[in-house]
Amino acid sequence: MPPEPADSAMACDLPAIARRWGNDPANLVQILRNVQESCGVVPSETLDQLARLVGVARVRLEATASFYSFFHADSHGAYEVLFSDNIIDRHAGKAELMQYLCERLWVEPGKVSEDGLVYVDETSDIGLADLAPAMLVNGLAVPSLDKARIDLLAELIRSRKPLAHWPAMLFEVPDNVRRAGPLLGEPFEPGAALASMLSIGAEETLARIEASGLRGRGGAGYPTAAKWASCRKAVGDAHCVVCNADEGEPGTFKDRVLLASHADLVIEGMTVCARVIGARRGLIYLRGEYRNLLPALGRTLERRRAAGLLGTDILGARGFDFDIAIHLGAGAYICGEESALIESLEGKPGKPRNRPPFPDRCGYRGQPTVVNNVETFACAARIAERGAARFAGMGTPQSTGTKLISVSGDCARPGVYEVPFGVTVREVLAECGAKHAHAVQVSGPSGTCVSFQEFERRIAFEDLASAGAFMVFSRERDMFEVARNFTHFFAHESCGFCTPCRVGTSLLRNIMDKLAAGKGSPYDMQEMKRIMCVLRDMAHCGLGHTAANPVVQTMQKFPEAYERRLKKLEFEPAFDLDDALETARLITGRDDEWAHLAAD
Amino acid sequence: MGKLKVATCSLAGCFGCHMSLLDIDEKLFDLLELVELDRSPLTDIKHCGPCEIGLVEGGVCNAENVHVLKEFRSNCRTLVAVGACAITGGIPAMRNNIDLWDCFQEVYHYGIGLEGGQIPNDRELPLPFDKVRPLNEVVRIDHFLPGCPPSAEAIWKFLTDLAAGREPRLDYEMLHYD
Repeated sequence: MPPEPADSAMACDLPAIARRWGNDPANLVQILRNVQESCGVVPSETLDQLARLVGVARVRLEATASFYSFFHADSHGAYEVLFSDNIIDRHAGKAELMQYLCERLWVEPGKVSEDGLVYVDETSDIGLADLAPAMLVNGLAVPSLDKARIDLLAELIRSRKPLAHWPAMLFEVPDNVRRAGPLLGEPFEPGAALASMLSIGAEETLARIEASGLRGRGGAGYPTAAKWASCRKAVGDAHCVVCNADEGEPGTFKDRVLLASHADLVIEGMTVCARVIGARRGLIYLRGEYRNLLPALGRTLERRRAAGLLGTDILGARGFDFDIAIHLGAGAYICGEESALIESLEGKPGKPRNRPPFPDRCGYRGQPTVVNNVETFACAARIAERGAARFAGMGTPQSTGTKLISVSGDCARPGVYEVPFGVTVREVLAECGAKHAHAVQVSGPSGTCVSFQEFERRIAFEDLASAGAFMVFSRERDMFEVARNFTHFFAHESCGFCTPCRVGTSLLRNIMDKLAAGKGSPYDMQEMKRIMCVLRDMAHCGLGHTAANPVVQTMQKFPEAYERRLKKLEFEPAFDLDDALETARLITGRDDEWAHLAAD
Repeated sequence: MGKLKVATCSLAGCFGCHMSLLDIDEKLFDLLELVELDRSPLTDIKHCGPCEIGLVEGGVCNAENVHVLKEFRSNCRTLVAVGACAITGGIPAMRNNIDLWDCFQEVYHYGIGLEGGQIPNDRELPLPFDKVRPLNEVVRIDHFLPGCPPSAEAIWKFLTDLAAGREPRLDYEMLHYD
């Protein structure tokens, strides 16, 4: 079965959509998502009506509607096709396939076809790097693209077949779990962790989490027990548990697998957390790109409610009330940052808050909130279920347990690997069948570029901290182009709140493009170094701090990739001066010598 | 030691930065002890000779700006982009969001009170670029002196630092505008 299409009964019935979300402006992102899904656009006129329905000024709706890339005021036709544009997709032939599809459909990228049928464009990584190249069709993932699949797609689109009737196999997303450990490999009986927790009590469970040494799996590695304990102590009327399933870091897809096939484990981890911190409300912030996972996740929540694992008096424990709602993102990488995620949950543009206060004291709607990664909750459930000893016994002293690694790129077996912390890059490379690896991007663009000389480095918080991405690049790959792709990513995903990041990421992208065009000089390299310092020291949040990493690191580790491009000794403009006069020449009809600028 | 040669010019700017330079008031006498002006609106010298320092105000909006800027670049050892327009394009760059065709149509054909207007095409008029550019997109720039305009104190501090062979350094107060 292909995933369920948007609820057509709701088509553009704004009052019904708003009612469904309680006419609450804090649910604006969800309301706009429903409008976008049922109408295909978020028309400017609807904003006035919505503003009245939820009782806020139109400008607040504008702010939110214009922030997220999946909302648009102009129609994208009956079919919106977005190719994932991670470097892994590019290496897998995305550009050729995109061009091929455009030719088959007679469209230009980024423009709706003349008959209003189809729109083809690109989007940031969609969490399918193991199945690259991949795309979203009307928000639903279609992996493993090749010419045959594109032919089929073009045919389906041209014959205007409704998405619900497309062959289900197009939407099938295999898990690709290549190595399973205690987290993924062992059976889990829903309710087991909760039963175990209820038998030993919340305090003892927290002690277990602490003894296990569990650290946050989102990349930063903050001790989970400390976060929970602090939230437990924090004063508030409505503690909240938030699962960060906004897996936006290019090259990461392990949360996709956890949510697709181990959702019980994740939800149970959230429920354990709820008991520990005293929360009655839980939220899963699911990235918009994972829309295809929504129906099954909803069913899992239903099943658990029916089994007494969610709702009131969970497992018969009086007063243990907890339920979970799912919020969908709308295509904004920055919402993976926990305070931006909370802003988004509250219906606002996803701009990071000033911290402190941290969410454990002042999070969702100002209440104490635990925000953890999907994998962290899964680990917590296992620890609650089985005790801390085994978990603590795996990995390294500072990084206990196992880690899910999302392997993609130039290797024989891309997919998810559950490895003990402390594993070397070389070991992972051997296991995934990467014979000619030259570099590995660990933890995505904001992480670390590891060159072939450093393959003995270990994946662990004390060496290579990782949210899970592991992109392999073989000898033939141009590391300059890898870094350039990442600078485009950051320039696109910068939230625009602070100037160093908004401008800095664009300047970096422009200079990288200039170098790629063969117009770079040593001066431009100096400029990039200057911009890096500004980003690192002045940006408001982690996105800006790390946005220059890919350039800094590849410059240092693969200098030849840059030197090859520095063809000019003297500075040269990035644009053609004479071309920039062409419009004025046409307007004035001049062609005299003063109407031209010769190249030096 | 002889005096430093300094050239100045205003491209797509408003001369506000030059006015701010004049605002150093009585320090102008001290300045003239240190430097000798070459090409500058203050001297009316038309072309630049070899100089130690070039101060350029304004961004690049037309072909003539490019010729002047290149003349400065090839003659000045140290080239300074002075003020917001030189550094980012500034106010003139607000036209970058308007198509040049539309811009000309509005100004010469359809503006209020216009009748039978013509788009001027005399070869002596500098031909405009489709977009206004900051200086550093056209030539290499050694220093940036921000502000709209940079204050007289900032300009004085910057020039005296340069004249003394120091790396110019402005305190926070001199970069804080509100």
